[in-house]
Amino acid sequence: MAVIAEPVATKSVSRLRFILDRRDVLGAIFVSPAILYVLLLVGLPFLLAVYYSLSAYTIYDPTWRFVGLANFRQILNNPVFLETLGNTFLFTFGSQLLGLVLGKFGALLLLSPFPGRKIVRALIILPWAVPIALATVAWQWMFDSLYSVINWTMIALGLIERSDAPNWLGNPHLAMLCVIVVNAWRFFPFAIVIFLAGITAVPQDVIDAATVDGAGFWRRNYQIILPMILPIVAVGLIFGIVFTFTDLSIVFLLTNGGPVNATSVLGFQGFQVGILSGDISHGAAISLFMLPVLLVVVVVMLRFIRRREI
Amino acid sequence: MTRFIKNAFGDVSFFGAVAFFVILTAFPFYWMVITSLKENSDLYSVENIPFWFNEAPTLEHYRYLFEQTMFVRWLINSLVIGVCVVAITLLTAVPAGYSLARLGGRKGEALGIGIFLTYLVPPTLLFLPLSRIVAELGLQNSMWSLVLVYPTFTIPFCTWLLMGFFKALPREIEEAAIVDGCSLFGAFIKMAIPLSLPAILTVVIFTFTLTLQEFVYALTFVSSTAQKPITLGVTTDLVRGDIFFWGEIMAGALLASIPVAIAYNLFLDRFISGITGGAVK
Repeated sequence: MAVIAEPVATKSVSRLRFILDRRDVLGAIFVSPAILYVLLLVGLPFLLAVYYSLSAYTIYDPTWRFVGLANFRQILNNPVFLETLGNTFLFTFGSQLLGLVLGKFGALLLLSPFPGRKIVRALIILPWAVPIALATVAWQWMFDSLYSVINWTMIALGLIERSDAPNWLGNPHLAMLCVIVVNAWRFFPFAIVIFLAGITAVPQDVIDAATVDGAGFWRRNYQIILPMILPIVAVGLIFGIVFTFTDLSIVFLLTNGGPVNATSVLGFQGFQVGILSGDISHGAAISLFMLPVLLVVVVVMLRFIRRREI
Repeated sequence: MTRFIKNAFGDVSFFGAVAFFVILTAFPFYWMVITSLKENSDLYSVENIPFWFNEAPTLEHYRYLFEQTMFVRWLINSLVIGVCVVAITLLTAVPAGYSLARLGGRKGEALGIGIFLTYLVPPTLLFLPLSRIVAELGLQNSMWSLVLVYPTFTIPFCTWLLMGFFKALPREIEEAAIVDGCSLFGAFIKMAIPLSLPAILTVVIFTFTLTLQEFVYALTFVSSTAQKPITLGVTTDLVRGDIFFWGEIMAGALLASIPVAIAYNLFLDRFISGITGGAVK
């Protein structure tokens, strides 16, 4: 009995093994679930977003009527949208610049060993690690119109009078400053970590050789180290730009786009129009204005990923 | 003597700069701690020194948070979402990362970069169509919509991380297993996975923290209190009309922040080497 049953079993096993032993087949089987997931829930929605933006689709009138570029034309004629577009660039580049400067200085400090460096690093990483929505509400409370701890300190130090204490989130210019500062605060620990990772990867003998050849501190920093760590810094900066340019949570929680649209950014306005007002086609069109910036960023990113050396 | 003064001055300015950075990053969290432990009468007074207790500290806000709000429910929701998303991510990203690192060759590399780039497609571009898809599937206003959607950013990210880790694993180990009679699949299960357990653990931790950090999709898809994950619940549900319950909000924010902060600090180096594409060794 056993003798008869045996060959059948080995045959089915060997057929299975045959399939599992072919590299290309197994590779395709392994990678397909991930690709399928991404195609269905990133690729398909993206195409849908493009179609929405070209249609007259709202949650009250789901007709899918094709209207061409009418939505985009209407949006571009809306002064609030133009303000939003400007705000988005100001928000992105202001906070990235501030974050990079803070990050570079922080990295210089953390580079040399000193007692308690590990603890300091752990504390400095906090803003980036902790969910930004939670940290943002702490900032919102710090910027409170009446009980702001920042105002209290300035009054206690005699810098300002209680009567003219700033209303951080109520003044259009200050509100913009606040969202930029909170976002820079959130990103600069990431910048520190990226700078540190880059600098420690530069071989010490390169730096020594430069020193022997007479390169001073600034020359070493900007003509030797900076060019070498540029690919890593660029990747970090790209992350920062993408996630800031498309962010919604800081503005939503801190200022709710206000006062009077002064801090409205693309992601926020897309949410307001598309989700809250239910005007999906215009919301999608607003969100799609992010695309040109994202495409530029992706192209730059691809070049740097290919070129990485250290 | 002048040299001593110069050194001392250098030390003072150095540690002054370090102190500036530490205060800048840690103060909002100190602010959460102190606010969450203060009496309301202490909090809402413009005369009191805000940095320390003017009245005896209290656990009243924490008691309120646990007994009078859905805080525990949000905690459980976040846990369930996190565990499900981790499971989905591991089942798809581990084989995908392995395949792209080993089996696909040069095409694998290009495909890997392609998958990673989808990580850069932002939620604010996809939330409108996804909200319609979620509604079509009958998942609107349910935390299961987040279980469905969160893998769209965890899979690309983790596939990329794992691809880097599997590439660093010496090929000879699996080849030896194949010579000893293992199939390719067997070599993956018996050799590659056990050897990359640290990498897989990193992926688990980061997937979990990414789900906790996410805000945009949660805000868009979930509006009923009982279905909210913790980040959304704490930030949007402890406000009644115009009144912010600052003590409770800060207590909730603090409790939700602590585990993420610890996880990040433990796994930071691996995360960085992953994010820079294995550029740093």
